[in-house]
Amino acid sequence: MTRYSAFSLLRQTLRGHRGWDRAWRDPEPKRHYDVIIIGGGGHGLASAYYLAKLHGVRNVAVVEKGYLGSGNTGRNTTIVRSNYLIEPNAHFYEHSLKLWEGLSEDLNYNVMFSQRGVLNLAHSDGQMDAAARRGNAMRLNGIDAELLDREQVRVMVPHLDFSEHARFPIFGGLYQPRGGTARHDAVAWGFARGASALGVDIIQNCEVKGIKRQGNRVLGVETSRGFIGAGKIGMAVAGNSSHVAAMAGLKLPIESHVLQAFVTEGLKPWIDTVVTYGVGHFYISQSDKGGLVLGGDIDGYNSYAQKGNLALIEHCMAAGMQILPSLSRTRILRHWGGVMDMSMDGSPIIAKTPIDNFYINGGWCYGGFKATPGSGWVFAHTIAHDKPHPINAEFTLERFAEGRAIDEKGGGPTPNVH
Amino acid sequence: MLIRCPWCGERDHAEYFYGGDATVKRPAENAGVQAWNDYVYLRDNPKGPHRELWQHQAGCREWLVVTRDTLTHDILGVEPVKGAAR
Ligand SMILES: Cc1cc2nc3c(=O)[nH]c(=O)nc-3n(C[C@H](O)[C@H](O)[C@H](O)COP(=O)(O)OP(=O)(O)OC[C@H]3O[C@@H](n4cnc5c(N)ncnc54)[C@H](O)[C@@H]3O)c2cc1C
Ligand SMILES: [Zn+2]
Repeated sequence: MTRYSAFSLLRQTLRGHRGWDRAWRDPEPKRHYDVIIIGGGGHGLASAYYLAKLHGVRNVAVVEKGYLGSGNTGRNTTIVRSNYLIEPNAHFYEHSLKLWEGLSEDLNYNVMFSQRGVLNLAHSDGQMDAAARRGNAMRLNGIDAELLDREQVRVMVPHLDFSEHARFPIFGGLYQPRGGTARHDAVAWGFARGASALGVDIIQNCEVKGIKRQGNRVLGVETSRGFIGAGKIGMAVAGNSSHVAAMAGLKLPIESHVLQAFVTEGLKPWIDTVVTYGVGHFYISQSDKGGLVLGGDIDGYNSYAQKGNLALIEHCMAAGMQILPSLSRTRILRHWGGVMDMSMDGSPIIAKTPIDNFYINGGWCYGGFKATPGSGWVFAHTIAHDKPHPINAEFTLERFAEGRAIDEKGGGPTPNVH
Repeated sequence: MLIRCPWCGERDHAEYFYGGDATVKRPAENAGVQAWNDYVYLRDNPKGPHRELWQHQAGCREWLVVTRDTLTHDILGVEPVKGAAR
């Protein structure tokens, strides 16, 4: 693998860019691996990378049914933050954010992580109190948070609706300066390249169709490219979690739902942070190409369709117009949907399962992109040691039956409201 | 997505409230933790036909059992909740 650097770029430029190597190898599947990771999204690839890099487990395959990042990794709106209120979430997402901060250097691959901040608006005294409470909890956990008043928000994003006509006037907001955005598919490609260089086989166009089980162990996966044996299997298939877990005989506390997102035509620099609305569900940032990247709620009914309906689009745009009236002048260029693994408490499951050598990583709801490095890091630890790391020890499958749900929002077991 | 209410006719899904999986059954009070865990938390979450509850909230307010394909969003059947096999 060539190291990417200013030198290698210069050398290739002089050769007309004809000498670049493949970023990762494209091997035929072997008959057996020590570990198979199902799912070549960011989480699966990060898990394989950290298994090889930190735990010396290098006889690993990542098996992906389509191409890398064809799932939610390449469909998400790339917001990275760690502004969580309750303990296990705060520590896990902060660990992930710290990994983001060094990721491009660690991978020798530019994931374009941009710490442009994340601003959650508040629109009432009650919401200001809630923002202060969350901010204080974050700071007690060592996470950066700043409570902004109306004037401070106005200085930061002057084109928000500060007029007298605003239906829900802006009272202030909670700001996390270290939050931001990253380039989604670069994250998949960077982890793939890093993992491949350490010996991991990345096998695309290889759908897992069955999981072979004997007693309380899994033996390998039946795929569209034949049977592949495994010492251990970890699944990281996001929206398809229930479907793949069922192949091993497990039923999960998860429903799949569709989440849509939108990109506008390219504009000159307009919003240099990430803004979320506090009344309707709406958030917006601007990509490096100038397109506004925006989205809102899930559609709200079970779906594996990767497409949504118009009612949600109208709702999302209406919410956007309430805080950013000038949005009405921009045109939407593209919109799409992704299948979210909505868990029953809104928090992920990164854990051992009742099957001895089968591990689950799922239940990411709509916030799993920011978790990518952290999720891979703790999942690799869990698989390598057959034991969770303290950071993911509470993200178990059993927590529901045990009454230890990790419900950040207090929404109860209704996946479509988390 | 249009859902044909037996009373009001074909209406946009936005008029309906989604009530989730219609196949889960409330266990007896003393059925034990496992049965209650299954009921409250575990779902088949199928990729394909799914029997689910919708309430025609902005219409007649009746609850319906809708069979819908989660992969295509095709509506395969609508029945009033009363009398529907669950
Ligand atoms: C519109 C949208 C906006 C979002 N916005 C944000 C955001 O701003 N911030 C944030 O943090 N998160 C966001 N998310 C959530 C985030 O994208 C996901 O939680 C995260 O990408 C899940 O990571 P993953 O790598 O595990 O998933 P994926 O990239 O979906 O990877 C799973 C992979 O498994 C593969 N697979 C499935 N079944 C099989 C099989 N049987 N055999 C082999 N392979 C299989 C799939 O093809 C897929 O590539 C958003 C999601 C969407 C859809
Ligand atoms: Zn009706």
